[in-house]
Amino acid sequence: MSERLVVIGNGMVGQRFVEALRARDTGGRWRVTVLAEERRPAYDRVRLSAVFDGVDADELTVHTPDDGVDLRLGEPATGVDRARRVVTTAAGEYPYDALVLATGSYAFVPPVDGTELPGVFVYRTLDDLAAIREHARGRRTGAVIGGGLLGLEAANALRLLGLDTSVVEFAPRLMPVQVDEAGGAMLRRYVEELGVTPYLGVATTALRPGPDGTVAALDLADGRTVDAELVVVAAGIRPRDEPARTAGLPLGPRGGVLVDASCRTTDERIWAVGECAAVDGVCHGLVAPGYATAEVVADRLLGGAATFPGADTATKLKLLGVDVASFGDAHGVTPGCLDVTFTDPATRAYAKLVLSDDARTLLGGVLVGDASAYPALRASVGGPLPAPPLALLAPAGGPGAGAGALPAAAQVCSCNAVTRADLDAAIAGGATDVPALKACTRAGTSCGSCLPMLKQLLDAAGVRQSKALCEHFDSSRQELFDLIRVRGIGTFSRLVAEHGRGSGCDICKPVVASILASLGAGHVLDGEQASLQDTNDHFLANLQRDGSYSVVPRIPGGEITPEKLIAIGEVARDFQLYTKITGGQRIDLFGARVDQLPQIWRRLVDAGFESGHAYGKALRTVKSCVGDTWCRYGVQDSVGLAIALELRYRGLRAPHKLKSAVSGCARECAEARSKDFGVIATEGGWNLYVGGNGGFRPRHADLFATDLSTAELVTLIDRFLMYYIRTADRLQRTAAWIEAMDGGLDHLRSVLVDDSLGLCADLDAAMARHVTSYSDEWRDVLEDPERLRRFASFVNAPGVPDPSITFTRERGQPVPARDAGHRRQPVVLGLPEVRR
Amino acid sequence: MSPVVTLDWMPVCPLDRLDLDRGVAALVDGVQVAVFRTASGLYAVDNLDPVGGAYVMSRGLVGSRGGVPTLSSPLHKQVYDLTTGRCLDLPGVTLTRHRVRCRDGQVEVRLRQEQ
Ligand SMILES: Cc1cc2nc3c(=O)[nH]c(=O)nc-3n(C[C@H](O)[C@H](O)[C@H](O)COP(=O)(O)OP(=O)(O)OC[C@H]3O[C@@H](n4cnc5c(N)ncnc54)[C@H](O)[C@@H]3O)c2cc1C
Ligand code: SF4
Ligand code: FES
Repeated sequence: MSERLVVIGNGMVGQRFVEALRARDTGGRWRVTVLAEERRPAYDRVRLSAVFDGVDADELTVHTPDDGVDLRLGEPATGVDRARRVVTTAAGEYPYDALVLATGSYAFVPPVDGTELPGVFVYRTLDDLAAIREHARGRRTGAVIGGGLLGLEAANALRLLGLDTSVVEFAPRLMPVQVDEAGGAMLRRYVEELGVTPYLGVATTALRPGPDGTVAALDLADGRTVDAELVVVAAGIRPRDEPARTAGLPLGPRGGVLVDASCRTTDERIWAVGECAAVDGVCHGLVAPGYATAEVVADRLLGGAATFPGADTATKLKLLGVDVASFGDAHGVTPGCLDVTFTDPATRAYAKLVLSDDARTLLGGVLVGDASAYPALRASVGGPLPAPPLALLAPAGGPGAGAGALPAAAQVCSCNAVTRADLDAAIAGGATDVPALKACTRAGTSCGSCLPMLKQLLDAAGVRQSKALCEHFDSSRQELFDLIRVRGIGTFSRLVAEHGRGSGCDICKPVVASILASLGAGHVLDGEQASLQDTNDHFLANLQRDGSYSVVPRIPGGEITPEKLIAIGEVARDFQLYTKITGGQRIDLFGARVDQLPQIWRRLVDAGFESGHAYGKALRTVKSCVGDTWCRYGVQDSVGLAIALELRYRGLRAPHKLKSAVSGCARECAEARSKDFGVIATEGGWNLYVGGNGGFRPRHADLFATDLSTAELVTLIDRFLMYYIRTADRLQRTAAWIEAMDGGLDHLRSVLVDDSLGLCADLDAAMARHVTSYSDEWRDVLEDPERLRRFASFVNAPGVPDPSITFTRERGQPVPARDAGHRRQPVVLGLPEVRR
Repeated sequence: MSPVVTLDWMPVCPLDRLDLDRGVAALVDGVQVAVFRTASGLYAVDNLDPVGGAYVMSRGLVGSRGGVPTLSSPLHKQVYDLTTGRCLDLPGVTLTRHRVRCRDGQVEVRLRQEQ
């Protein structure tokens, strides 16, 4: 006879608990029912903000379907009757032999006038984020109340939604709980640089509505007001202990379901895990201690004797584009402890290590600006330092601390409490790559900050990590490139027959397509090549979320005549396309159906445009400032050079998209240092920078060579690009490529400048071939009826437009209709049928 | 657009109109169907990406995984087993398959009766 287990709450910890129990309950002792208030199965709340970075909400799912668990979504528990041992919901009653409370927290909203106004939100669930996104449409200002970890995440989200954002924090610095005064000051500079305005050391006294009744402004205690048409309250969390409270169970001194170290309440059949649990009176607002409680209760319910091991409070702020990390005794409250601090205004890095009085044991620390040492440091807390303090804190590029130096007991993954010893055991037991380590230890499956350490541990154990591209090829991209080039292979089918297996996939096919294109194997839509292209390359346009495409004509260097501007405007108007100026000084036309693409290209080509390759892993733009033609500071013609470079490298296929820029003087208005290759004019010539990028992890490019003549500059860029194309991994950006190179930038210089490998003549010739063989891919399609035929919505109804593509209007332009049938629905993950 | 379910075979195009390993979309009784020709035969599935919600499956890449023929969504790259419609990356997600055959050089599709 199995016993009945009821779990209230399907958050991160509730889910982990159920999985841990099910994995161990091999005898089928427990029959599990989970009551969940939210309408979707458990998701990764820690990565919640990623949805504003374009991550699909479905990707956050942490729930694995399990037929043995009756998961009832959207059915919150309304009461617990301890005498009868049943949990009630609006739909019925659930008897239990054991009950686990996993109800998490709610966002605390301070008692300030106006928090009930429309436009005021909390930041806790995917539904909250959807409501915030919806309200932000068409609005311009936003504010966050609370400058802690969550508040800054929310502020960044508002910024990404295009709002002018302020943060109001009662404490005199940002993230008061995690960082000290100096760290807070550094953080403030970053936050301001992002365009977020901090108001520190001041309380919000009221929220005021505008004429339409929605929130419009905040009143501050010092008399100032802050405009805000959207407000997020991130002022802390409170445990959701109401089921325990109404059932008469004791609570912690500051709320939360009071449990002992075994996570059990005073009622021996009731347990609590995660944020709602006050373990020995203390609630923990982080996922790592929550997971620890989940493991404890799973063990106990199967007769074990596990106890709560104590909490790791290490945190790392994500998504602001600024690394902030704090771990261990960050505030130095241990008696007699020593601080080692390091401040570098140039790189905007601040770091503090807290050491024991004999300077032998690491107690904690704070990192702002560069947290690359975080995983290693966090894992070393409580043990000896893995390297001298300054070496540890040296900015990336310094020797740093390898995972190989860690003691066996060091916790490498704090989210999942996995030690180096656990990982070494897994490696000894046959785990030969990061996915295998993740699967058998769970390390790296939550916040991901420990992933680099997993790689290092594999290296340290002497495991040669597979370079196989995918299941179809054992070779790396570089090896395939050489094979194809040296053996003169011209088709995927020959390559896979001679050097691989199977029929390929969405990983290896585009890689081979790109290699063939770099080697000048003809038009990307010729013959068998056409079947290898990703949809973007197949239709020479960018696939958008609703199945329509966007079209980006090349505008070299961003220079455009009035006639051409008018021509683009006319095309957009006639085909009813949404138009937007891109970050790369071009104009993007959205909302074209496949069957409209050739007609649109025809008009653009006739007006003198060609494909901008915005769809491919190829050179995108060479941005420019106005240079010495107009600018009173300019020392060289940045526009002329940018146009020449863009035309030279147009159509060049690469492992990753490539961007470039040219600035006319050191003021750097074109932001050349955030590009794969960037050029800055000097009095003496051109300075070349390589390996920069924007995006998720922005990186400044490194200075490669100075005061070059135009001819020298072009030769170096030719070689740089060709060497990159030949030797980089799939989807590896130039920055990562250089970082992974033995010898780094110096090695690159010796290859490209001193010709240490004797490759330069070959690289120069390859680029010369590319430049002379360029032809516009749009025009080629228009001239070929065979290729043109593919541009139809339906093979059996060439004239019929795709009825699923429909638009509404926003700010005077067409945008995808939101409610087109199935869109935006959560993935149904094979849940058990709701049984009665 | 309410799909009319019929049990008739509908010709969609001549076989030589299908490039090897590359899909096309066809309208069959108001339903958007993605049709593919691979070395292992013809396949027809719903054009609707069950995860992304856009009608784009005909533009995905075909290939194989562990020996079974596959199709990957061009939106977010989930991979489906073409022989069963099952998503190999997300448990519980399936792509509706339809019947397809070639007769007299014509590719014909018959919608699958909905469950
Ligand atoms: C934006 C954000 C960023 C974060 N970043 C980090 C981070 O970087 N690192 C970190 O360690 N932690 C972070 N956290 C905290 C982390 O998400 C929580 O510690 C973790 O989610 C707690 O898990 P839980 O299962 O206890 O609670 P939750 O994940 O909150 O789940 C509780 C669930 O129970 C449900 N529930 C409540 N009452 C009932 C009822 N009566 N009946 C049925 N269901 C009910 C709720 O709806 C909810 O779905 C972050 C949190 C947020 C919101
Ligand atoms: S980078 Fe220099 S030359 Fe170019 S616009 Fe700015 S100030 Fe002028
Ligand atoms: S430390 Fe977060 S996943 Fe390992």
